[in-house]
Amino acid sequence: MSTAPAEVTYRDALNQALREEMARDESVFLMGEDIGHFDGAFKVTRGLLKEFGEQRVVDTPITEAGFTGLGIGAAMAGLRPVIEIMTVNFALVAMDQIVSNASKIHYMFGGQVPVPMVIRMPGGAGHQLSAQHSHSLEAMFTHVPGLKVVVPATPEDAKGLLKTAIRDDDPVIFLESEGLYGKKGPVGGEDDLIPFGQAVVRRPGRDCTVIAHSRMVWVALAAAEQLAAQGIEIEVIDPRTFRPLDLDTLAASVARTSRAVVVDEGWPECGIAAGLAAHLYDACFDMLDAPIRRVNAADVPMPYAKNLEQAAIPQPHDVVAAVMATLAREVPR
Amino acid sequence: MSTSPAPLASPDEMRDMFRTMTLIRRFEEKASEEYMAGRIGGFLHLAIGEEAAIVGTVSALRPDDPLTSTYREHGQALARGSDPRAIMAELLGRATGICGGRGGSMHLMDLGRSFYGGYGIVGGAVPLAVGLAWAAKYRGGDQVAVTMFGEGAANQGVVSECFNMAGLWDLPIVFLILNNQYGMGTPVERAAAVDDFFPRAAAYDIESWKVDGMDVLGVRAAVSEAARLAREDGRPACVELLAYRYKGHSMSDPDTVRSSEEKERWQARDPLVTFERVLLGEGIMGADDIAAMRTEVQQVVDDAAAYAEQGPEVPVAELARNVYAQPWNDDPRGSALVRP
Repeated sequence: MSTAPAEVTYRDALNQALREEMARDESVFLMGEDIGHFDGAFKVTRGLLKEFGEQRVVDTPITEAGFTGLGIGAAMAGLRPVIEIMTVNFALVAMDQIVSNASKIHYMFGGQVPVPMVIRMPGGAGHQLSAQHSHSLEAMFTHVPGLKVVVPATPEDAKGLLKTAIRDDDPVIFLESEGLYGKKGPVGGEDDLIPFGQAVVRRPGRDCTVIAHSRMVWVALAAAEQLAAQGIEIEVIDPRTFRPLDLDTLAASVARTSRAVVVDEGWPECGIAAGLAAHLYDACFDMLDAPIRRVNAADVPMPYAKNLEQAAIPQPHDVVAAVMATLAREVPR
Repeated sequence: MSTSPAPLASPDEMRDMFRTMTLIRRFEEKASEEYMAGRIGGFLHLAIGEEAAIVGTVSALRPDDPLTSTYREHGQALARGSDPRAIMAELLGRATGICGGRGGSMHLMDLGRSFYGGYGIVGGAVPLAVGLAWAAKYRGGDQVAVTMFGEGAANQGVVSECFNMAGLWDLPIVFLILNNQYGMGTPVERAAAVDDFFPRAAAYDIESWKVDGMDVLGVRAAVSEAARLAREDGRPACVELLAYRYKGHSMSDPDTVRSSEEKERWQARDPLVTFERVLLGEGIMGADDIAAMRTEVQQVVDDAAAYAEQGPEVPVAELARNVYAQPWNDDPRGSALVRP
């Protein structure tokens, strides 16, 4: 008999978090396009309409700026909305509400009213969805003070971080990955919250620190296997949240390995990898034996053709090449 | 719960309304002086000419009805009863300001009076009010959310989204379109395909109508009916108020676009002058009462300015305070990106 905990998908882990937090707190409600009768575009909200009713699981018109703003107002009134934007690509329509209102209201009104809300949305590329449906916009949100930014890579983190996000008093941008919804793994129980600002070591190693988040964690771990076959042990670290950022754990690892690669599915210019590299240069320049390498999406709008799309997205071999470069080694052919 | 104000104001209420209109006029004039003296920075948008629209609206609401406004919102805060001292101190960027000097003229808020703030992106606050209405309904409360915005904002897409959501979900909200006929320097006829705005709400099955925004009693009656619809029937409503701002868009606008004939034509219908005639004519106030009220209001405004000028600056050490409601470390600034 196996005593291992049951494994659930990333999708169902999120569903568990929503269900548990809705049962726990009546001020929590869900709102988004096709999340009720349709069970959600990615089925994250499956069954919740039936369980909690139409007042708390609200199908909306296609009106992202409108319902995101509605959520902000409801949060100002003390409710805890969880807004689902079908994909991160549509958040651009709601950016004024997120940046001009959600992130600033607590500050600019002198701390009179918090905005306790979560905006959930999946992103990422890999399904040939082409230029307008393949964004990774972590950097845009992380740029903005007043937001918290969460990027779970595993079912356990998806559940534990979403529960924390719902109980948090600030606007939380919760970025899921379309490519991870079917990923299985163990999850915590009802009271297992994962705090923000705590990076986790996904795989220990001595030769080079590789920082990756969300789906890129799995790309980095695949690269780690390939490198291990050549006797190179990378340390894969997942920041899990960008605001707050656990720079201590990242910097401690880099100080130990003296090398760093940052993997990010977004674009390179002023991106997540660029920002983390800047932090690491500040924190451990003297300990570095090689320049920090970035692995990013290609600096192009995402193309449709399968081969071009795959060439544009960070792959394990890109991570391998970056690690080898920090070690001043040739990539084996 | 308090009861809703009656559509027809009592003599006491009329005296209060006239005092508040006078307070707004004098406050804005004083703010203009403070700006010219270099003590107010940034933008300063004055509401002179819009006093009837503001006071008529607020007087028709319960104190617990949540209200949002644009960046031209000193009047709304004053009408809600916020302390003129704290408002002026905010305009001067002092620690004693109503938002601790973080918001300035465009971002006043007084949560204790259900004034949910002034917002700087045209049309951007309207969905917040829809959310406030949503929350009232969600909790089974009987508050009515009211959002005041201009005819310029009515051209923003998100406002149409809000009409749709409110109509679709039967939300208790009043959309108050203060049509002052200019979006900065662009007149309605050069900005809108149709120069009435209330039919846009009507297109979403929202009861809506247009009234003279220079007549405070008419505004109150219209907004009372709109609030009644929202409160009792659970339906949104929309009132368009036709009014005129006497000054330019902001203090930095020399106001050269509008003709002096047009300004004079509107100022001949000044809301304070016309309401004063009503009060005198009906014997609700005598000339002596009005003179005494004006003296008292001027003292309040002068005192507010003196208080603001003497207020301490905000300590720079508090620069990053309140970026987050729930900061993640003990950093007194509360927002350091990186854990120490």
